[in-house]
Amino acid sequence: MEDIRIGVFICHCGTNIGGILDITSITEYTKTLPNVIYAADNIYTCSELGLSEIRGKIKEHNLNRVVVASCSPRTHENLFRETCHEAGLNPYLFEMVNIRDQDSWVHMKEPEKGTEKAKDLIHMGISKAALLKPLEKIKVEVTPSAAIIGGGIAGMTAALNLAKQGFQTTIIEKESQLGGNLRLLNKLYPIEVDASKLLEIIDIIERNKNIHVITSAVPIKVEGFVGNFEISVKEREQISKIKTGIIIVATGAKPLIPKGLFRYNGKSIITQLDLEPLLKENKLVAQNIVMIQCVGARNEERPYCSNICCMTALKNAMIIKKLNPNSNLVILYRDIQVHGTTYEDYYRKARENGIIFIKYSSDKPPLVKDSIIEVYNELRNQEINIPYDLVVLSTPLIAHEDSTTLAKLLKIPQQDNNFFLEAHVKLRPSDFATDGIFICGSAHWPADVRESISQAYAAASRASRILSKDTLEVEGSTAEVDIEICIKCKICTRMCPFSAIYKNKEGKIEVNQVLCKACGVCGASCPTGAITILHFTDEQILSEIASCGGEF
Amino acid sequence: MTYEPQLLGFLCNWCSYAGADLAGVSRIQYAPNLRVIRVMCSGRVDPVFILEAFLKGVDGVLVLGCHLGDCHYISGNYEAVIKMELLDKILGFSGFSERLRLDWVSASEGNRFAQVVNEFTEKVRNLGPSPIKDKNQKAEITDELKAIKSALSDIRLRALVARKRSITTEGNVYEEIVPEEEYNKLLEQAINDEYLRHKILVKIKNKGKSVPEISKEINVKPNKVLEHIVYLKSRGLVDFDIINDIIPTFISIQED
Repeated sequence: MEDIRIGVFICHCGTNIGGILDITSITEYTKTLPNVIYAADNIYTCSELGLSEIRGKIKEHNLNRVVVASCSPRTHENLFRETCHEAGLNPYLFEMVNIRDQDSWVHMKEPEKGTEKAKDLIHMGISKAALLKPLEKIKVEVTPSAAIIGGGIAGMTAALNLAKQGFQTTIIEKESQLGGNLRLLNKLYPIEVDASKLLEIIDIIERNKNIHVITSAVPIKVEGFVGNFEISVKEREQISKIKTGIIIVATGAKPLIPKGLFRYNGKSIITQLDLEPLLKENKLVAQNIVMIQCVGARNEERPYCSNICCMTALKNAMIIKKLNPNSNLVILYRDIQVHGTTYEDYYRKARENGIIFIKYSSDKPPLVKDSIIEVYNELRNQEINIPYDLVVLSTPLIAHEDSTTLAKLLKIPQQDNNFFLEAHVKLRPSDFATDGIFICGSAHWPADVRESISQAYAAASRASRILSKDTLEVEGSTAEVDIEICIKCKICTRMCPFSAIYKNKEGKIEVNQVLCKACGVCGASCPTGAITILHFTDEQILSEIASCGGEF
Repeated sequence: MTYEPQLLGFLCNWCSYAGADLAGVSRIQYAPNLRVIRVMCSGRVDPVFILEAFLKGVDGVLVLGCHLGDCHYISGNYEAVIKMELLDKILGFSGFSERLRLDWVSASEGNRFAQVVNEFTEKVRNLGPSPIKDKNQKAEITDELKAIKSALSDIRLRALVARKRSITTEGNVYEEIVPEEEYNKLLEQAINDEYLRHKILVKIKNKGKSVPEISKEINVKPNKVLEHIVYLKSRGLVDFDIINDIIPTFISIQED
């Protein structure tokens, strides 16, 4: 049996922990715990000084487990793992205890209880550390090509970016031509450039040798994993297969058609999208124009703000005003959302140009009658009548109906409104939790052209991190099946959200370690206990339970 | 006398653990009673873990995951719901259901995390210490929880619960979809049976007992006890011990 030698480093984090908890008492207590060979405190364990101390002590005391009690593993685990690795210790033999974010910072007024909690948490960490097993990262080869689903501005930008880096890129577009929603638009805010100007990218794409475009096509099957996906694409009646290292989801969104709302009829009561071609072809004749914001948005059915409609209304109102300075333009709004410097400026200009803004509340929405709109002006506490010959409804972008099909195909999550959900809102905004799949544009959330383009660059650059390598390493902590105990009930194969467990040719249940994300659902459900979740084993978790304090 | 509840929390890495970190970054102060075990997904929480915690004397267990629909692993938290529903029912036999709470905290809900911990701490404070800490009740409660733990480790309930989502939505091996109502009835019956069977196993673990003796001890009619004994024997979990006069006694041969 291996001799367990644990080194524990307790961080003051300046005064963040040290100023609140009793570090001396915690360190003394830690020294009494089983298998602890070395325990000491430092001012900043994550500083180069602190890290070199870890490396030094591993060698000096021949440590084979390291525990750091400091901040959150969500931010610092990788750094400390790397440090262990540098000192010749398998990075999976490291365990982190959170005594700052989940202790000193939240029990500032009860430092003694916080100190007790820190001792228990460290005890739990040490118990788990003693049972940790070294794991190896898994190496896979990378197919250096990209597949992009959706050929709107986001998809095209991402494709061009990757193609220019030299990667073979395929765009899979559902419609018969590239361009997406951009085709429907007249001018773009905030500089009122023609949308057609941006569509010139289509020519560039079609001329680029590295880009292959498939139109009228949808993916029907996706197999494989990061570095080695295989997508079956149905193009009209023909099915072809594409091998790719990464997938970018750029399927966009579509504007809501406000059937049954505010007497929408497509003639005198239209949407912003209906207005765009009228302006483009200079066919607008109306004199009194009223725009209504948040139509079908920010309500119970669609609680979200669609992000682009305020600016779209401002843009179109300004264009109309420029074409016909005598026209009367009123915008009925609930809240105007114009973030940043340029957009706020745009709003100010609209007001200066004589566009009238009237605030209404969602419980007293405007009433569209035959030639007037009745609206309760919330700010003036007054009912007013506005004559109109054209009403323009600002409706939100909504997720495509087939987004759920795609979500299932790619095994990527969706939010409540069927937009796709990224891996982490701040830490990994362009990635999906599934390695090798990325997101950009309105498929994620309503985005305007500018945002779609920046997100496309972000997704392409995240993707090229993978494509530029010959091989890549994936997380070593996965599920493992003990075929001696397994009864082949196939509960796990049906339950796995990533289809990472399957029955192999010999009829045995096997885990594809690259696909497995170690969520552990299979392990918690296996009726015979045949599945081990490496790095979060039953044994390790039970040891944490056993040492969570408060003996009785 | 007031007591300080001892609480254990299983937090999923992606939402609740991040929410707890955010509470820290925002310096939101909350009750210091919770000890946290980080798991990747709330679906990782094996019902057996909860029983281990109660057997150890933990007064309350929190399981926190991503909001439904937001799971980092797509469906893990739905599995957590199914497991907690099972636990809620089976813990009812020992009065521990109130001491377990499943809830959702997102990565952006630092405030909500603090609120959930505070509420649960107060709730468990009002419930009082776990009865397993009471000397007079310790032996009985320990047997009770061991029986539940044993039932939750056993293949029958585990398989039934693990299959819930597939057989009520995708269909069983014969592609028949079992309506949720019917499934629940099935589960209810299985829980009752398995609980009694494992309680019998606990009671005859080290000492052979006759059917009337078991019947008296667990307060279940002898014919029912016999039915369960026959079932357990057929599964190789129980064997004859000795025969006193003409009354046979049975003993558990279940492996730990």
